Amino acid sequence: MTAPPAAIHARGLRKRFGEVEALAGLDLTVPQGTVLGLLGPNGAGKTTAVSILTTLLEPEEGTATIAGADLRTEPDDVRRRIGLSGQFAAVDEVLTGRENLDMIGRLYRLDRRTARRRAGELLERFDLVDAGDRPVTTYSGGMRRRLDLAGALVAEPPVLFLDEPTTGLDPRSRIDLWGVIRELVERGTTLLLTTQYLEEADQLADDIVVIDHGRAIAQGTADQLKGQVGGERIELVVGDARRIPDALAVVAPHSTADVEVRAATRTLLAPVARGVDVLAEVLHELRGRGIEVSDIGLRRPTLDDVFLTLTGHRAGGDDRREPEEDRSGDDRGDDRRDDGRRQDELVEVRA
Amino acid sequence: MSAVTHQVLGRRRRPVVDAASDMAVIARRNVIKITRVPEVLVFVLLSPIMFVLLFGYVFGNSIDVPGTGYREFLIAGIFAQTVLFGATFTGAGIAEDMQKGIIDRFRSLPMSRGAVLAGRTASDVIYNVLSVIIMALTGLAVGWRIRGSVLDALLGFALLLLFGYAISWVMAYVALLVPSVEVINNASFMVIMPLTFVANTFVPSDDLPGPLRAFAEWNPVSAVTQASRELFGNIPAGVPEPDAWSLQHPVLYTLLWAVATVAVFAPLSVARYQRTGRR
Repeated sequence: MTAPPAAIHARGLRKRFGEVEALAGLDLTVPQGTVLGLLGPNGAGKTTAVSILTTLLEPEEGTATIAGADLRTEPDDVRRRIGLSGQFAAVDEVLTGRENLDMIGRLYRLDRRTARRRAGELLERFDLVDAGDRPVTTYSGGMRRRLDLAGALVAEPPVLFLDEPTTGLDPRSRIDLWGVIRELVERGTTLLLTTQYLEEADQLADDIVVIDHGRAIAQGTADQLKGQVGGERIELVVGDARRIPDALAVVAPHSTADVEVRAATRTLLAPVARGVDVLAEVLHELRGRGIEVSDIGLRRPTLDDVFLTLTGHRAGGDDRREPEEDRSGDDRGDDRRDDGRRQDELVEVRA
Repeated sequence: MSAVTHQVLGRRRRPVVDAASDMAVIARRNVIKITRVPEVLVFVLLSPIMFVLLFGYVFGNSIDVPGTGYREFLIAGIFAQTVLFGATFTGAGIAEDMQKGIIDRFRSLPMSRGAVLAGRTASDVIYNVLSVIIMALTGLAVGWRIRGSVLDALLGFALLLLFGYAISWVMAYVALLVPSVEVINNASFMVIMPLTFVANTFVPSDDLPGPLRAFAEWNPVSAVTQASRELFGNIPAGVPEPDAWSLQHPVLYTLLWAVATVAVFAPLSVARYQRTGRR
């Protein structure tokens, strides 16, 4: 028995923009019906990779097949088999949601009736029925993103590309969109997803490729990647600096590696496995010994942690950007950092 | 495989029919946009009225055109200028689509490669049809008359629209090269002002100094203006025959020019469209 052919199979993709090498020989394999998360900071080459695989850009070197169609020799067959939803909702703002979907259906060459029916189905599925006959200018950011995603699904393509589908969305819309994406995957769609958030890749992807400077620098499941950066840590702030050694004595036996002590902030960072259970035990023992705790939480590795470990530089601090991502601007970058922080807090609350 | 997937993947391809259908879908989208944002139309339609009144009444008294009233002379020039300005909407529309990323959406679809541009240039003819109607009415109100046959007059209007259509392919190409809507607006201004002013549109080209006169005589805007004047019967008897071949055969020259422009710029634009990325 042979394995089913990969839905996306790319070898040695290279692309330069002037001085910047956006892709420096990227290989990707996405088996049918699975989700690959392409994880990396702004400017890592994610959008370039998606643009190449969706026929928007030609690579200087390398080959790829999408659902069996060759990117170079059969680009139109590739386009028939894919759906693309990008970082910026590419829908017509003046048209209504329904008109947008109907137009896309017609351009996939569905007949009039089928295009209209698909538009109706998708509006329903994406909770846009009430807004369906309003111009897109009246939509919220989350609604636009959902409409854009609906546009990618008009032809029920077997392979779907989502380029940072939740960037810039509020946490609620993000979680809603995750639900929609999960549903798609359950129906057997192959998905390539780019994201800056490890949490998002963690939630959605079977397999994650971390890219930086146009190269894959790590690959594995979310757990494997987290394992590489040390997994979860307990972050403990003691009330009284003199009790740090006592706290260390409590935490150290539960820790899977050396505990980092930051005396200035009275903080202990302890890598742990089975974080939630350990957190409860540690808290119990600290109370038992009368050690005052001003803050304690379970911290999961963020993209920054992964990057710091894998590359030695921080994800957000990289000022190199792909030309086509220039439009995102600096303010957007700040939003992203805020989001990262919010994710940390979220995890702590849950823990 | 679902019915929808089957329709997309399993259908027989008919390149010509498919391209025409894609073009119609795009043109329809643009027409919907015109009706939804009527503010644009207001300016499209008001500007020719403004030009007739400005030139007709401000310059009209100081510019003397032999054998005919200045306003009668002027209207064909305003027609030519108006269709030329109308063509800039193509550039602005394409630049906006690129900036908003919807061109990327189109480029990721299995649609005909030329349809986005062909649909755009076709639907933009509507702007010019409407402006020409408004212009003609304004002209009639200030004393301009069609003094030739109806058939000639219709040919005159058709020639103006064809000329505008040809220029809109030039604008499409420029829009694919420049980075933003603002730039395309300024760039088209830089092209259009000399084209419309160094011509026989507002003053007779015979009076221009040497090099400008040569430019004006071979300027297609002069030819389309001259052709309109002939076809609308606005050239009174006794006006001497122009020296340049282009103005002696303005209809033929305009036709040749329009066909050549589309033949060059349509393929150039489509080729550029295929390689263009989001920005």
